[in-house]
Amino acid sequence: MLIDRSVIGSTSETRVFEVEKGAIRAFAHAIGDENPLYTDEDFARQHGYKSIVAPPTFPTTFRIPIPNLTFELSRVLHGEQEYSYNRPIVAGDVLRCENKVIDVYERTGKLGAMTFLVTEMRGWDLEGNPVFRGKSTAILR
Amino acid sequence: MESRDWNQLEVGQELEPLVKPAVEKVQLVKYAGASGDFNLIHTDVETARKVGLPGVIAHGMLSMGFLAQYAGQLAGTYGFVSRLKVRFKEMVFPGDILTCRGRVTAKEEHPRTVDLAIFAEREPGKVVTVGEATLTYY
Repeated sequence: MLIDRSVIGSTSETRVFEVEKGAIRAFAHAIGDENPLYTDEDFARQHGYKSIVAPPTFPTTFRIPIPNLTFELSRVLHGEQEYSYNRPIVAGDVLRCENKVIDVYERTGKLGAMTFLVTEMRGWDLEGNPVFRGKSTAILR
Repeated sequence: MESRDWNQLEVGQELEPLVKPAVEKVQLVKYAGASGDFNLIHTDVETARKVGLPGVIAHGMLSMGFLAQYAGQLAGTYGFVSRLKVRFKEMVFPGDILTCRGRVTAKEEHPRTVDLAIFAEREPGKVVTVGEATLTYY
């Protein structure tokens, strides 16, 4: 296997991310998502949000390395991704996030033997309320 | 696609598709910058070929972003996307035109949610990214 199973349970440091309006707009723009909630602050406020809203996949911008986990990035394919949210993320949010290896396993597929790496990121607001969870399956070949 | 409130959706209902413009190389560069995913297989042909790919491939997360756009458009200002889960089945290349499609699979009243089966296809039947979403209504 390209990654040793002993890395399961390895957890990142907690990192704090400030969700910025410019970052949200650039992210929505790259996707080509013209939802006014993501770009127009007046529109978002009229609909009860304190500022512009982050698109659902925005937590992918929160990147935290996990100790003892190394691999060649260009050999990685993304297999699966899941997000769940207690509430929408909005500009101005300050989120404490942590990333963790929850599984490593091997499977033989059409590209030969592949190592699957499952990581989970969780994010909380500064009061400790959970805001989102992200579960990612990466395929190393 | 117009957004729909909870009471405007029924189990089994097919949703209007969302046809995205063709994926462009410059879009992959923008997405790399905006997302912080600097894996060069998405932006550098030489790196992509070195690892056995025919050329640069789109970030899987970009196709998930399209499906998030689709689910978010449906919820509009009536609610929000509270869950999104996808599997990346096939690689997406520059020039590919992806169409997002979906169907209502479940509805709950407490709390008011709608579950969707969603997928993005390159052409009819050629699904590249498949998954499910939950919309939570206010």
